[in-house]
Amino acid sequence: MTRPVPVLTATGLTKAHGRTPALRGASIELGTGEILAVTGASGSGKSTLLHCLAGIVRPDEGSVTYDGRRLEDLPEKRLSELRRTEFGVVFQFGQLIPELTALDNVALPLLLAGTDRARARARAGEWLERFGVHGQQDLRPGEMSGGQAQRAALARALVTGPKVVFADEPTGALDSLAGEQVMTALVHTARESGTAVLLITHDAQVAAYADREVQLRDGVVTALGVTA
Amino acid sequence: MIAMSTRHVLLGLLATGPSHGYDLKRRHDERFPQARPLAYGQVYTTLQRLVRDGLAEVEGTDSDGGPERTMYRSTDQGADELSRWAGEIAPPAPFVTNEIFAKVVVAILAGGDPAAYLNAQRAAHMERMRELTAVKAAQGADLATVLSADYALNHLDADLRWMSTTAARLTTLTAEVDAA
Repeated sequence: MTRPVPVLTATGLTKAHGRTPALRGASIELGTGEILAVTGASGSGKSTLLHCLAGIVRPDEGSVTYDGRRLEDLPEKRLSELRRTEFGVVFQFGQLIPELTALDNVALPLLLAGTDRARARARAGEWLERFGVHGQQDLRPGEMSGGQAQRAALARALVTGPKVVFADEPTGALDSLAGEQVMTALVHTARESGTAVLLITHDAQVAAYADREVQLRDGVVTALGVTA
Repeated sequence: MIAMSTRHVLLGLLATGPSHGYDLKRRHDERFPQARPLAYGQVYTTLQRLVRDGLAEVEGTDSDGGPERTMYRSTDQGADELSRWAGEIAPPAPFVTNEIFAKVVVAILAGGDPAAYLNAQRAAHMERMRELTAVKAAQGADLATVLSADYALNHLDADLRWMSTTAARLTTLTAEVDAA
């Protein structure tokens, strides 16, 4: 089967943390609507790669192109706007604001994008329902189970209708059943909305939700079994 | 594929009431969708052995408008055997002499490329895991399907973890095999 048109392409990324190199010429391509798993051992550079692709950190060398635009050419303000409107990010845990309810957490990206409060809250409520967070909209993250909080985090990542969702070990802090529910919700929603997902994981059972897997080894991406 | 004791699975299906071979085969294939479908010959041979061993007996025949079929039912002894088997812990067999392990060692001995082999094997494992995950995550998948896919996924995952560790150890392993 032909691969989808790329939405995000990176070539020759290098990035060092101090003197320790994390990426040593990593290249990767994410197709429109594709779910791509990036696997690799701890310390192989997976999270650094995600941060570079999502425009959170700038690589030392190499280029990231999103939808025809080179991220390194964008001023910080434009990059930050891009992250807010076109990208969604989910981490292992902790990205929800503890003082806000689930509903307000999910509404936040919409508020930041200028949506009025009533509409933002209504949309947030719909997305929480979509991710199966029923009757917990007024709870704060600390009052929710890990799985429920993570589904609220997914709702927050997807509420603005991003083209790409970056998920860094999204089930890493969950037991296997809660992890499965989170992955099923993510994959179903991404497929429905045509959102591409870059899924960082060290867990093969999580990677098996993706269309394709690439491995990071010593800061370089190597292709593995293409399917679909 | 899940290897199972066909005689005990048939006894288990008979525990819900008398049945004939065709029906048992159909119910087996429905209950264990990831297992190899039972061959009719295997069902009838197994039923005859259950009767021979006193674990099942012929209940009578049933034609239901079609050809005559022999109905079987479990005996008390069959129920006891089923209960004993169901409570028996499966041997936690380590498959250290499995095919993948053997191929890695042979690749080292024969000067092949065990890393490339492991990489290709990982791709094949992941492909199967993606298929099983799709089956499991499909809306409306029944519990038997989900459990069966989980079982296979967890075993494939265990193989994969072993392969990852082996790939990381290959340098050491190659030196050991070469020195032996």
